[in-house]
Formats: sequence, structure tokens, C-alpha cells
Amino acid sequence: MEPSDTELIAAVRKGDVSQFEPLIARYQPRVFATARRYARREDEIQDIVQEVFIKAFQKLDSFRAEAPFEHWLMRLAVRTCYDFLRAHQRNRETTLTDLSDPEVDWLERFAASPEDNSKNTDAARALIERVMAQLSPEARLVITLLEIEDRSVKEIALLTGWSVPLVKVRAFRARAQMKKILETLTKGKYL
Amino acid sequence: MDLEKLQKKLIAAAKLSPPSDRVPYAFEKRIMARLTAPLHVDEWSLCGRWLWRAVTPCMSVMAALGVWVLATMHPEPESQNLEQAIENTLLSSDDVAGE
Repeated sequence: MEPSDTELIAAVRKGDVSQFEPLIARYQPRVFATARRYARREDEIQDIVQEVFIKAFQKLDSFRAEAPFEHWLMRLAVRTCYDFLRAHQRNRETTLTDLSDPEVDWLERFAASPEDNSKNTDAARALIERVMAQLSPEARLVITLLEIEDRSVKEIALLTGWSVPLVKVRAFRARAQMKKILETLTKGKYL
Repeated sequence: MDLEKLQKKLIAAAKLSPPSDRVPYAFEKRIMARLTAPLHVDEWSLCGRWLWRAVTPCMSVMAALGVWVLATMHPEPESQNLEQAIENTLLSSDDVAGE
């Protein structure tokens, strides 16, 4: 039988560093999936994941086992991703002007018939990525957690360390920001 | 164009394709190697860091000493006036020659 998280953490705390490896192996897929929501390049994603586990190892003494280790680790992961977004907000690679042909097609089809747009979800995905890349770090984090991952405001507050009212304010601002970006994206062509 | 609807459609597209949870081969080994690597100490950078840290206290001590010196310095008695002082200076050579 595999040792539990609590047993592994206790062993690491006692000085057996090697027991941290099964913990990494157990949770790295989830941390990778989280990091891929905020970073695109594989080297950046790996850097984020590495930082999450190094922080987890360094702060392991502050883990009080009141909640599962996974929750504590995901809080670290989300905060590390937020730090990454803040550090890289100046060098965003995508713009709203250089839309690819499939993206333009998708928008044109949507403009023609908003109800029927089941085709080419790849283009829609590329468009949402483009829009998300233009959002501020706070807005991107809130939209990802609230709208895409369907988390509650309370959960987001726990994950980010923000207060519940702050999450609500930031969600309101994020939606407005997203609307503005969509307006810019479609301005002149489809409005 | 209905922006609300567009926003909903795009978010729905993002929801449809959750990011991959694929992990590079032996990634945990890489992290463990980072965690267990012996700490390499660069003496020069360490020394430089300590010197930079020492800048602020040294400057504070210097400023405090400067203030203290200025506060305890006794000002020289005022000379009569500027005209008299210049005259004394100019004629001092004559006084010396006369002697």
C-alpha cells in the first residue's frame, strides 16, 4: 500500500528528503494542468511547476494538515501562476490585430449566425487564448477560476488569498475588461 | 455583434478543452536533484552582498557624525567688519616691512 500524504510529509519533516519525490509524482499532473492555463511555452510551464514544488518543500513546515495537502499545494500553484502573470505582463506575445484566417472565419460565422457556431472549436480556443493574454493578471486569474474552472467566489478567495469582496470586485472589473477587449477585437469589422 | 454571447461562446470553447496534465519524463527527478544539490557558495558574490548591506549603516553613521561635529563646533568670533579686515590684510606686508 502506498504511504499517505501525511506519512510522506512527516518523513520529509524528519529529514528524509527522498520522501518528497512520491509527493511530487502524485501531484505534478495537476500542477502542470494549472500552469498550462496561464503560460504557453513549455519551458515557462516547467519553470512554474518547479517553483511550486520548491516552494512547497521550503514551506512544508507551515502546512498544518487542517486541509488536504492537495488544497495547500494548489493554493501555492495558483499564487505562483499569478506571480508569473504579473512578472510577464509587459511582454505579452499575442496582439489583437494579427488574427489568423480560421479565427477571422470563426468571428465572421459568429457575426452571421451567433446561434450556430459549432464548427472549428480550435479557432475559438485560439481566440479566447488571445483575449486572455490581453487581460491584466488579476482579470485573467479571476476569469480562469470563475468562468472557465467554474469555481465559487469563496474558493477563489481561498486559492488567491484575496477577500471575498475583493474577488467580487475583481470579477466585475475582469468581465468589463474582457468586454472591452472583445469590442476592440470586433470593432470596425462586425459591429 | 452580441458581445455577451461572443464572450459566453469563447468561454465555452475554453471549457471544452481543459489543458493537458502531461508531465515530462522524470520531471520529479529533476526537482529532487534541485532540492538535494549541495549548496554552492560563491565567496565573491557573498562578500559583495555583505558590502552592499554595509553601505546603509556606514552612511548613517557618517551622517550622524557629521551632524554631531557641526552641532558641537564653536563658531569663530566675528571680525570687526569686512572693510577693516581687507585693510588689515593688505597693509600687513607694510607693517612687516616697517619693522
